[in-house]
Amino acid sequence: MRLCVENLSVSRGGRLVLDRLSFSLSAGQALVVTGPNGAGKSTLLRAIAGLLPRAGGAVALAGGPPDVELPQQAHYLAHSDGLKSALTVEENLGFWSRYLARAPDRRSRTVDAALGVVGLGHIAGAPFGALSAGQKRRAALARLLVAFRPLWLLDEPLTALDRASREKFAAAMRDHCANGGLIVAATHEPLGLDEASTLTLGAS
Amino acid sequence: MSAPLAALFLREWRVARRIGGSGAMGVVFFLTLVAIVPFALGPDPNLLARIGPAILWIAALLATLLCLDRLFQADAEDGSLDLFHLAETPLELAVLVKCAAHWAATGLPLILAAPFLGLMLQQETMALLGVVATLLVGTPALTLIGAIGAAATVTVRRGGLLMALLVLPLTIPVLIFGVSAAQAASGGTVPFYAPFAILCAITLAALALCPFAAAAALRYLGE
Repeated sequence: MRLCVENLSVSRGGRLVLDRLSFSLSAGQALVVTGPNGAGKSTLLRAIAGLLPRAGGAVALAGGPPDVELPQQAHYLAHSDGLKSALTVEENLGFWSRYLARAPDRRSRTVDAALGVVGLGHIAGAPFGALSAGQKRRAALARLLVAFRPLWLLDEPLTALDRASREKFAAAMRDHCANGGLIVAATHEPLGLDEASTLTLGAS
Repeated sequence: MSAPLAALFLREWRVARRIGGSGAMGVVFFLTLVAIVPFALGPDPNLLARIGPAILWIAALLATLLCLDRLFQADAEDGSLDLFHLAETPLELAVLVKCAAHWAATGLPLILAAPFLGLMLQQETMALLGVVATLLVGTPALTLIGAIGAAATVTVRRGGLLMALLVLPLTIPVLIFGVSAAQAASGGTVPFYAPFAILCAITLAALALCPFAAAAALRYLGE
């Protein structure tokens, strides 16, 4: 499986934020997107996910099932968590595992297992709204694990995480790459992936 | 295909039923509005009996609109809406299921409360049955039409008022045929089935068209 971005241009509010950007990423690889604020990191991730219209260029995920489009093979994690405050952590993740999973996949984890990976097993029954900022982030990261999708698009995934949680998440990302997954992460901080390549976007 | 939709229905239902959800708000507003009408109009049984169906319908319309403004906005704020775009389930079906869950959590309690409130408004048995039947058929159309407004104002802060202004003109036909069928049930020159059939037709048309309109608005505004 291979992610190919060719001559991608995206404009926002009449300004060309990404101008003919090209890169490619193979299965098992991670790409760290860095750059100053406003350089277009989030725009790049949203454009790959198909959440923003492209002004030009192409994004393709080659080597996957032929009838599935790229957005349906991608997990997108941004600043908002996509989880409901009124529901428990378990109910939230149970919903996304059923809503986002395609056919059952041995690489998808159960809700309990995913919560164990991020260290939230003891508060699975607590309302999501009662969690601390770091715990909310960890619950949002667990969403990536309950439904296997090969491409992870992560926008500042480490916000509010303590050191132990960062290491746990780095291990989960290494696992994902070992399973043939791809990761594109926009971050200002080191992800803890030694083998990741870096793409620097300049402020323009 | 059905498992994700069942999961979505369950999630929406739970969110609406929990504290702070829209489930209880609509029925309490409905109850308040209908309960104060006899105080304002005076306790004339004939007058209340004549205008009772109209009052119940107006209250149901306003209660439905009151609860609808957060239908998509809550999902937009917590990021769920982005994830709906990435799911395999078409956005149109997600909209339809969200409307169904919203109606079950907020519209159905109104219909269950209507006969009891109808007694306060001096309604006879046939009139009560007429009001319940028309609300049962008509309120899904109100929810579906309101979903278009909720989708169109999803990016507007405190867009409830704007939504009501957009949606109210579209709900007028539902109100007209709902009230005339409800009044025809208790007698009069118009047969019950004529306005009732038109009400059914409006609901079916809303069922077929509104999910597409709302999903198109969400797609356009999500970009």
